[in-house]
Amino acid sequence: MSMIAENKKEFISRLSKTSISIPEELKSLAGATLENTDLPTTRNEHWKYTRVAKLSKIDFNNSAGNVQNIEDFIIDPTKATFVFVNGHYSTEFSSTKIPEGVTVELLSNSGMTSSIIKNEGEVFNALNTAHLIDGASITITNKAQVETPIQVIHILDGNEQLSNFKTVINAGAFSKANIVEGFFATKGSEKSFANVTSEIKVGANAFLTIDKVQFENEASFHISTEQIEQDKYSTFTINTITLNGGLVRNNLNVDVIGENCTTHLNGAYILKGKQHVDNHSIMDHKVPNCESHELYKGVMDENSTAVFNGKVYVRKDAQKINAFQSNRNVLLSDSAAVNSKPELEIYADDVKCSHGSTTGQLDDDAIFYLRARGLSRRAATQLLVSAFITEIIDHIENENVRAFTFNLLKKRYGWDITPEDFH
Amino acid sequence: MSNYTENELAKDLEDQEYEFGFTTDIESDKIPKGLSEEVIRFISAKKEEPQWLLDFRLDSFRKWKEMIEPEWAHVHYAKPDFQDISYYSAPKQTKKYESWDDVDPEMKETMKKLGISMEEQKRLTGTNVAVDFVMDSVSVATSFKSKLKELGIIFCSFSEAVQDYPELVRANMGTVVPSTDNFYAALNSAVFTDGSFCYIPKGVRCPMELSTYFRINEGGTGQFERTLVVADEGAYVSYLEGCTAPQRDENQLHAAVVELIAKDNAEIKYSTVQNWYPGDKNGVGGIFNFVTKRGICGTNSKISWTQVETGSAVTWKYPSCILKGDNSIGEFYSVAVTNHFQQADTGTKMIHLGKNTKSTIISKGISAGKSQNSYRGLVQIHKGATNSRNFSQCDSLLMTDECGAHTFPYIECKNSSSKIEHEATTSKIGEDQIFYCKQRGIGEEKAISLIVNGYCKEVLNQLPMEFAVEAQKLLSISLEGSVG
Repeated sequence: MSMIAENKKEFISRLSKTSISIPEELKSLAGATLENTDLPTTRNEHWKYTRVAKLSKIDFNNSAGNVQNIEDFIIDPTKATFVFVNGHYSTEFSSTKIPEGVTVELLSNSGMTSSIIKNEGEVFNALNTAHLIDGASITITNKAQVETPIQVIHILDGNEQLSNFKTVINAGAFSKANIVEGFFATKGSEKSFANVTSEIKVGANAFLTIDKVQFENEASFHISTEQIEQDKYSTFTINTITLNGGLVRNNLNVDVIGENCTTHLNGAYILKGKQHVDNHSIMDHKVPNCESHELYKGVMDENSTAVFNGKVYVRKDAQKINAFQSNRNVLLSDSAAVNSKPELEIYADDVKCSHGSTTGQLDDDAIFYLRARGLSRRAATQLLVSAFITEIIDHIENENVRAFTFNLLKKRYGWDITPEDFH
Repeated sequence: MSNYTENELAKDLEDQEYEFGFTTDIESDKIPKGLSEEVIRFISAKKEEPQWLLDFRLDSFRKWKEMIEPEWAHVHYAKPDFQDISYYSAPKQTKKYESWDDVDPEMKETMKKLGISMEEQKRLTGTNVAVDFVMDSVSVATSFKSKLKELGIIFCSFSEAVQDYPELVRANMGTVVPSTDNFYAALNSAVFTDGSFCYIPKGVRCPMELSTYFRINEGGTGQFERTLVVADEGAYVSYLEGCTAPQRDENQLHAAVVELIAKDNAEIKYSTVQNWYPGDKNGVGGIFNFVTKRGICGTNSKISWTQVETGSAVTWKYPSCILKGDNSIGEFYSVAVTNHFQQADTGTKMIHLGKNTKSTIISKGISAGKSQNSYRGLVQIHKGATNSRNFSQCDSLLMTDECGAHTFPYIECKNSSSKIEHEATTSKIGEDQIFYCKQRGIGEEKAISLIVNGYCKEVLNQLPMEFAVEAQKLLSISLEGSVG
């Protein structure tokens, strides 16, 4: 353990402390956590299936990078785009066309006055706070109906880069908006690490959708924590699509603090090589009369591993909660593995909660059926995988994001055809 | 009856005293409290054990001292003081009874109150239950023994087995639950006083249900018994275990170890009805039930666990199956009921190692009062477990707004030809269901009992008939009317 602690100090020693204006007590809390907490090991229940020790062996540093071209990373070409390279804002690639009703500020300009992210005992959050490079603060004014999505693109560029990046989203009362987040890495970037936090507040009666596409590379690390607070009558949707990334860990924490909210958490992960993707979510129902729907689907090939841990809390007196959670996995190879842990913790009685988890393989009969009609095994497999995963991708309302996702699948998995081609 | 309101019913139930709360007044042969190597040597000497068993105990004790009490379970309790427990208590007259008439009348009375009266059994001679009665830690009466002997079946107390069949015990003991397995298994391995041993020879189908009644009697004593069931190739046995404990105000510790070994083509069916004293309605007293149960399956064999858990203040119990042989089958059927301040963290582990292995998990949790009821399970499919199959269903029923129901399944799969399904639901009894019954003239508390019984039916159906009756009785005692 102590060796890890020493290594940890070393791996952050080359990073400079954040220059962003953050309340002193937050800084000192994050500093203390970094000082006193080791990197989690698999003995830690929340990290049981994910090893992060290899991070401690890398001497991270941070530079502004040198990205030549971002064509491949633009999910939605027509929209307001904010590009960050290794956490640094890129004026060159970002557009300044901001739709009406939205203000976007850089954290390096606006600073932060408070945070809902937990720093205590959470090494990666504390690392993010203490060494924060920059981030985007997006505010949607009350009653604004924003038609154009706002796009935040983060690119890892270079070797052994550690980017501590943050997005802050405040969706005002009665507002409606779609935010697209993309996480990429340039070709040849090795052992770089995106450590991201998001603080999202969904105001009363607001309608917020986040589409998140993760497509770094097999030599990269990505750990993110999203902390969401939902006020009354709000609807929050997040679609997390993970298609590339060596080690990916997503912590998605939703606190429902106002009544009559609806929450949708959707996730898809298609893995190959030695990828390890870990989706942790906590759906915390603190008040009555809410509903939540969670659906995560994954396909694992070659030596990849997927982890799913979904927790639903229904607190005492949070009656009339409907919470549904489902995790479905397909294993394509005997060297692939999946660890699924759906959990329910219920302290109220007038609730309807359920979870389901399945692990299996593609139906041999279906493959035979397709092959009998002249499809190759590869094509038949691809068609069935795409049918399986499309249930999630179809949840994405933004058609540009959908098309972009299918393009990534074509590129990475050699898909010849996608459901989008039938449209 | 129509005037009998839900509140009155709830009050009645709250006031209901523990049905089996009485103590038998038999002088006990009890050693002073505390745990040390001397105590272990004393137990071993008292039981005239061979040297290898003493070594096993001392080795376990040394390992236990290094271990830390587990805290991961979803239960909260004051940790037992292991120096404040008496580790040996045996009814004073330890001489073996030749005939039933020699048994102490007071003890007969105890058994009568428990509803497993030997007299009744004697009358029903020719029926199919043989009981090895454990009163505190020493087995005092064993029936049907001679009949079983004819078939070559060994069914006796653990200490007898150590004396009479040392090689059989030595070869199998600790092979499924090693003494270092966990904190309580290590403690049990060091201080266990008695238990049951059962061996079914090759190809023999045990003609009757084997049954043991455990009972904690002496105040301030813990019960550490050990059960070892070995079904040799092609054998079949159905084993029943029931527990009742008298009312005591201080928490008593029960840390048992059960090991099942099903060799090739063998089948073991292990059923438990557990209603140790759960503590009173204020959460005072009650048994701590920290049990390690595990079975290992050979080729084409089957182990089936069925449990009805209604008692104990704190339960921590995961009957597991290691599906080592190809085509082996593991089953787990459970009903866990908690009321008042009871806490239960129970479930199973299905470890799939062999090819074409199958497991089924059906768990029904019912929480009432201010209790917390958790299902915690593991389904692990290893790389070589080709074509293995698991189905799990964990349902929870909530009776009041102050109780909790939780589900913590762990599902790990490393094989692409295996299928795993897990589903869990949590809800309360539907108002429409009660309305439907009431509309047809069935009173509310009867409707609830009907619905709960229907809800548990899948599991109760697995119990042998003798137990199913008791289980249903227990369910209705623990539950009816506790709806909020």
